[in-house]
Amino acid sequence: MRYSNVFMAFFRSGMLGFGGGPAVIPLLQKEVVEKYHWMNDDEFGDTIALSNTMPGPIATKLAGYIGYRIGGLWGLLVALAASVIPTVLLMVLLLGILQNYKDVPWVQNMSQTVVPVVAVMLGVLTWNFVRQSQKALGWGVAIFLIVTSAFLMEVIGIHPAILIAVLIAVVLVPFIKRVVSK
Amino acid sequence: MIYWQIFLAFFIPGILGYGGGPASIPLVEEEVVNRYGWMSTQEFGEVLALGNALPGPIATKMAGYIGYMEGGLFGAFVGLFSTIAPSLILMLGLMAILFKYKDSAEVKNISKVVKPVIAVLIGFMTLQFIIESQTSLGSIQTIAIMALSYLMLERLKVHPAAVIALALIYGAVTGI
Repeated sequence: MRYSNVFMAFFRSGMLGFGGGPAVIPLLQKEVVEKYHWMNDDEFGDTIALSNTMPGPIATKLAGYIGYRIGGLWGLLVALAASVIPTVLLMVLLLGILQNYKDVPWVQNMSQTVVPVVAVMLGVLTWNFVRQSQKALGWGVAIFLIVTSAFLMEVIGIHPAILIAVLIAVVLVPFIKRVVSK
Repeated sequence: MIYWQIFLAFFIPGILGYGGGPASIPLVEEEVVNRYGWMSTQEFGEVLALGNALPGPIATKMAGYIGYMEGGLFGAFVGLFSTIAPSLILMLGLMAILFKYKDSAEVKNISKVVKPVIAVLIGFMTLQFIIESQTSLGSIQTIAIMALSYLMLERLKVHPAAVIALALIYGAVTGI
């Protein structure tokens, strides 16, 4: 294992993955499993499945965990830096340029015409989450949870954090009971 | 204290966003727009659009950029740290236990029951963007651009970066 390989593997998959962290996964699989053989397919699959059971961005969880497994603490830091820093720099640079011209009418118009495109992307993402909920829970439970949480968050104004925390607690109670009683 | 606020603004979405970075975006918006008032919905939309047009994980691009705007280089570091560290530490710490219980129904259920909540959050965010666009561009342009970009993104599978570039060019040309 060489740190330059770790860097390149995560740099390439970060810079070529359009569509956020989840889009990076197949590219990462190519690097980690097929190119460098740091893990086999099963290990990689298990890692994906488990990181999905945890909150937070998937790309950085994978970079950190895989980096740690193949190169210890330095591996973790190298993999994280490679997957995060280049794209953040790009973002700061491009938006900085845009900010300087933001009072020019045609630049203002540009920032307005992009809003409906974002709406479509978010709409598609919404539908993906609805479909995933339906596949995992069935229409009945999925719709019940969607309607109830829409009511609690948007009508009553409960913070999403509280709702999510309560749901996790309810799901985990039987699990904790079983593990503790063992 | 700005750094503490930046830490909290990204810590909460990071620790509650089930379904990867995109799932944490509406939670980030809640903090950045509604709680701390660092930007308007429109500005958040612009940053998100550009972020979507660039490669790489979206949550860290947002955290790095917003952290940088509010607190300079150290702000960017704080934003990135609070986005990445909590869930990563959790993962490293729990991996051994989780591997043991990875087939347990309850562990799998966590992300299942959280997904409908995320769907609602992103759904309402979509609605917000549509209303925003309707106010600034009017109904006809909003519907036309949405229909066209849906067609290109989902039916013709045009690259998102290309669709966003086209929308920007259209905006620039019609704005002259």
